[in-house]
Formats: sequence, structure tokens, C-alpha cells
Amino acid sequence: MSTERRQGDIELAGVGKRYDDIVAVEGINLKIPDGAYCCFLGPSGCGKTTILRMIAGHEDPTFGDILIGGENVVGMAPIERRTAMMFQSYALFPHLSVRDNIAFALRVRGVPKAERYKAADEMIEKVQLTELAHRLPGQLSGGQQQRVALARAAITGPRVLLLDEPLSALDEQLRIQMRQELRRMQQDLGITFIHVTHTQLEAIALADLVVVMERGKIKQAGGAREVYVSPHDRYVAEFLGGQNVLSGKVEKVNGASLVMRGPKLEGFEVPVAGKTAVTQGDKVDIAVRRDDIRLLRPESAAIAPGNPHLSTRVQAIEYQGYFVKVMLDAIGDDEFVAYVTERDFFSDPLKVGDIVVATWQSDHTLLLA
Amino acid sequence: MTTTVEHPHRRRPTRRREGRPWTFYVLAGVFIAYVLALYGPMFCIYLLSFQDIRGGLVFPMKGFSLHWFNDLFTQVRTGDVKGGFQRSIQLALLVTVITVVVSFIAGLAFRRRFRGDSIVFYLMIGSLVAPGLVLGIGVGLLFQYFGVSPHWTTSALGAQLSWTLPFGVLIMFAVMSRFDRSWEEAARDLGATPWQTIWLVIVPILTPGIVAVALFGFTLSYDEFARTLQTSGSLNTLPLEIWSMTLNVTSPSLYALGTVTTIVSFVIIGICLGTIALIQKRRTQRAATH
Repeated sequence: MSTERRQGDIELAGVGKRYDDIVAVEGINLKIPDGAYCCFLGPSGCGKTTILRMIAGHEDPTFGDILIGGENVVGMAPIERRTAMMFQSYALFPHLSVRDNIAFALRVRGVPKAERYKAADEMIEKVQLTELAHRLPGQLSGGQQQRVALARAAITGPRVLLLDEPLSALDEQLRIQMRQELRRMQQDLGITFIHVTHTQLEAIALADLVVVMERGKIKQAGGAREVYVSPHDRYVAEFLGGQNVLSGKVEKVNGASLVMRGPKLEGFEVPVAGKTAVTQGDKVDIAVRRDDIRLLRPESAAIAPGNPHLSTRVQAIEYQGYFVKVMLDAIGDDEFVAYVTERDFFSDPLKVGDIVVATWQSDHTLLLA
Repeated sequence: MTTTVEHPHRRRPTRRREGRPWTFYVLAGVFIAYVLALYGPMFCIYLLSFQDIRGGLVFPMKGFSLHWFNDLFTQVRTGDVKGGFQRSIQLALLVTVITVVVSFIAGLAFRRRFRGDSIVFYLMIGSLVAPGLVLGIGVGLLFQYFGVSPHWTTSALGAQLSWTLPFGVLIMFAVMSRFDRSWEEAARDLGATPWQTIWLVIVPILTPGIVAVALFGFTLSYDEFARTLQTSGSLNTLPLEIWSMTLNVTSPSLYALGTVTTIVSFVIIGICLGTIALIQKRRTQRAATH
């Protein structure tokens, strides 16, 4: 059992992919533990799908090794790797019924008809498609097609399931529903899932391990909360959203904190928290969560000493239901937004053009690399 | 509240008159004239082939019988219709098989770009635009030069393929363009060998397109004239037979031949479309009844 359990861990060792002159993936290193739900997150063209296809065996890396369960799988066919892929458009065979689609992997392996249908029917039951077993893919809805694709991929008992933008073909409501189904399925099967997406919410809602990518490089890999709350740099913070990223100059460094001054910002203390060595005069970026910003009326502003504060103006207001998005004057080139809880906002509603004082607790400031 | 005083006449929107605009009738008239010009002459031939023994080559119709059809297959003086018909069918079948196989393979090859692919493509299209008669003479000359006597199974076959293959490949390209490469990848992902991928995924999905290629191959070969004229050797195919008949047969049996060949063409088209319909019906039925 214990050896069986450990087979789905993946290690990418200096894996890169080059197409003629274009570098799609630059030698990346990553370890994905067995049974993890891992999301590769990044804009289109960042190389995330290429990585997925290299793990799946549909593309060979130009250099580097891919280890699954400790074994180098470069050059092996997908079936030898015991991986299975779910394609973006599902790639269901249009001429085969749901049952025949799911049984396909067993059919090409020469499993007798009765046996493969029995296995397929069990799988069909697992994804709750029993009534639709004899339909053709064209007669199914998007969500049903996804379940068929999932069942078809899972029937061979893979140790890794690779999903290429699995939810992008679905509409918003269905996407949230199928998101939960994917997670449930992953826990049922107990195997490693690698899921490629460009939607931040999808990644942080699902993943144990979020890998944020940009132009063929890994920017940050970590737990969902980790990448959201403590983004490593400006790119990750801006891509995941929910943060105001501001830049400024270091005025003074004193041990565990530094004093920073920015446009419209008076000097305030920022915890260094073991980040890269910074010296006086350096240009640095900081991140502040949008829901940590407090907006006060200038006449009644009581600001705790040491906390950063700045006077600004309301540019636009968007009602979002449980919170209100208040867009303020940009600081330099940086967007500045506050998320105010619905109740707080309506206890003293702001209007566009109002002058406010924005403040936050100085120890809620995050120094970016 | 502001009160807007509305002019009583202005409120009435300009109503569109019921019925169709006059342009509809003009265009419909043009279309009817076109259809008459297209099918009228053919219909005259079919009609005149059903005359009785007194029948001539022009209207008015003289009686109504199947006399000239009988005459067509029994009289020797009308030419070797039966032999020509048999040869044409056999040749067309041969051409169809080769066209389907080669077009399918070419379609697979052109799924991705390769070095010199556009040269291969234009070479192929070249034989489509080359004048058929010239191409036929060329093939005939070449056979003579090498001391091989032209025959409908060799030189005519080659000459006809120069016509049907480019068509077949072009249709296959159109069919292939709608083929999703991820179907193939999915098959590979699920452990299918390249052969299994072709037989279990590619061929079944492309069946309607393959039938279309076969249909084109058959009909193009069946009524091919220009390329076959100088390459069929001593034995004529049906179109050549009909042509020689127009020179020396002056009875409605010529028209009867036209009617028969048309019926054969329609039967073949019917078989092909029926096959496609049957395949689709069987698929949905299999899906429904299990």
C-alpha cells in the first residue's frame, strides 16, 4: 500500500521547452506531492499548457527530466507513464456513445467486450451518467460532457490526471458546480490532479498547490492562501488580485523593519520579514490587501500613530453584494482600491468625488521582492 | 411632468405592406428561367428516348414505348454500348478505390506542415488546370514512345487519376480541416496504437467525407471524356461510345443511352447518400436501443 500510494508524486528537474527560437518553458524545477491538487496559473502563452503536455507525454521537453513516482518518464508513451489527460474541449469521440467513449481505453487494450462494459458501467455510475450511457457526446450538455471526459480518463487507473483548462467551456454557474465536482472526484480517486487555468479564483478555490507562471518561468509556488496573502512579487500580487501594489523609496533600514516613503505617502514602517536585503535609497514595492484599507472622513479621521495614511478622492464605486469596491485616485501609476464591507459602507455612504483619508495598519504591509 | 404634445399624424409608423417586394418576383422569374435552361435540354432528351418505332431525333413525340432502349442493347449497328458500359463501370470503380485511398493518405499527411508541402500541393493542382485533351494526348504519346499500347486499364486509368486525385485531395482537405487533432491525441493518451487510432477514430469520424470523395471519384471517371479520348486504346469507354454514336447513329436510341446513363448516375449518388444516412441512423439507433 505504502509504495502504491507514493507513485503519483511528480518532480520537474530543469525542464524546458524550445520551439525553434521561442522558449516556451525555461528550465523549471518543481515538486508536486502524491495526491495533491495542483493548479498551474498564468495568462495565455505563459507555458503552463506546454508543461502539462510534457508531463502527459504529448510533447517532449527540449531539456530536463520529468520524474513520476521517482521514475524518469521522458520519452515514454502516456499509457506507460500511467497519466491521463482531459483535453480542453474534452475531445470526446463524436461517433461513439458515452459508454463506448469511456470503454475506449480498455477496447484498445483488447479487454473482452463484457468485461470492458462492466468496468465502463461502474465508472458511468460513479459520475452519475447511467441514464445517458447510450447517448452520443453531441447530445450531452457541457457539464455532462465533462463528466464523460473525466470518466474516460480515469478508467485506466492513472496515477496522475492532467486537466487542460477543464472549466473554460462552461458557463459561470456550471463552472462553480463542476469545480466542486472535480475536487470531490480528486478526493475519491486519491490521485494527483494537475489543472491548468488562467482564472485566479478557480486556482485558489481548488488547489493545494498553486503554481503561478509568467513567460515560461515559475513566479511562485505555494498553498492557495500563501500565494494570495503573501505574494512574492508585484507580478504575483497583481495577477492574483485583491492587493494594492505601491512603490516607494527606502528612507531608513532599522533591523526588522524599514521606513518607506512613496508618492503621497509619508514615511511609515514596513516589516522586512526576512526579505531580500534592502538598503537605504532602494526602490521597493509593497502590497496592501484591499480589504485592509480603511476609509475615513477627513474631519473625523483618528489615525493611530505610525500607521500609513493618505488623503485621496473617490473615483468610482461598484456595489459587489457583500462588499463595496471603492476606487480611489491612483498613487503614481498604481491603482488604489479599497474593499469596504457592505454594512460599513452603508453606515456612512461615500459618493464619487468625496475626499477621504485612507489608512491601514502598518504591520499589514507586505514587502515584495 | 413635462407634457409632450404629439402630432396625430406623426405617431403612425410607416407600415410595411403585407406580402413580398417586387424584387422577389423578378428574382424568382430569373431563377425559374435558369432552372429551365439547365434541365430543359436534358429533359427533352429523356422524353424523346421514350418514342415508339416511328420516332425521330426532333419533336414532336411520335408515340410512346421502350423500343429504343431495346434497340440500344440488341442492335449491333448502334455500337458496343454494353461493352462500353461495363468498361466504364469497372474503370470508375478502380479509379474510385485508388482515389479514396490516396486522398485519405494525402489528407493525413497534410495535417501538419512539412518541407516542400506547398510545392507538392501546387503540383497536384497543376494537373487539375491542365487542359484534359492535351494531357490525354501526352499520356498517349508517352505510352507509344515506350512501346506500350494504350489500354483503358492502364493509360486511361492514369489519365483519369490525374483528374480525380486532385479533386479527391481537395475534398479531403476540406473534410480534414474540421477534424480536431485532439481526438487523435486523446486516442493516444488512452493507449491506442497509431493503427487503432486510424481505424477506431479517424476513419469512422471521416466516413461521410470519404464517401463524398468516392462519389466524386466515381462520377468524374464515369463521364470523363477529354483525357480518355487518346488513352483508352482500341476499346471505348461509355462516353467515347456515345460520342462516336453521335457521329453515325441517327435514331432515338442515342437518347435512350443518355437516359440510361443518367439513371445509373442517379442510382450511384443515391447509394452514396443512402450509405451516409444509414451510418448516421445506425449510430443514433445504437445509442437509443441499447
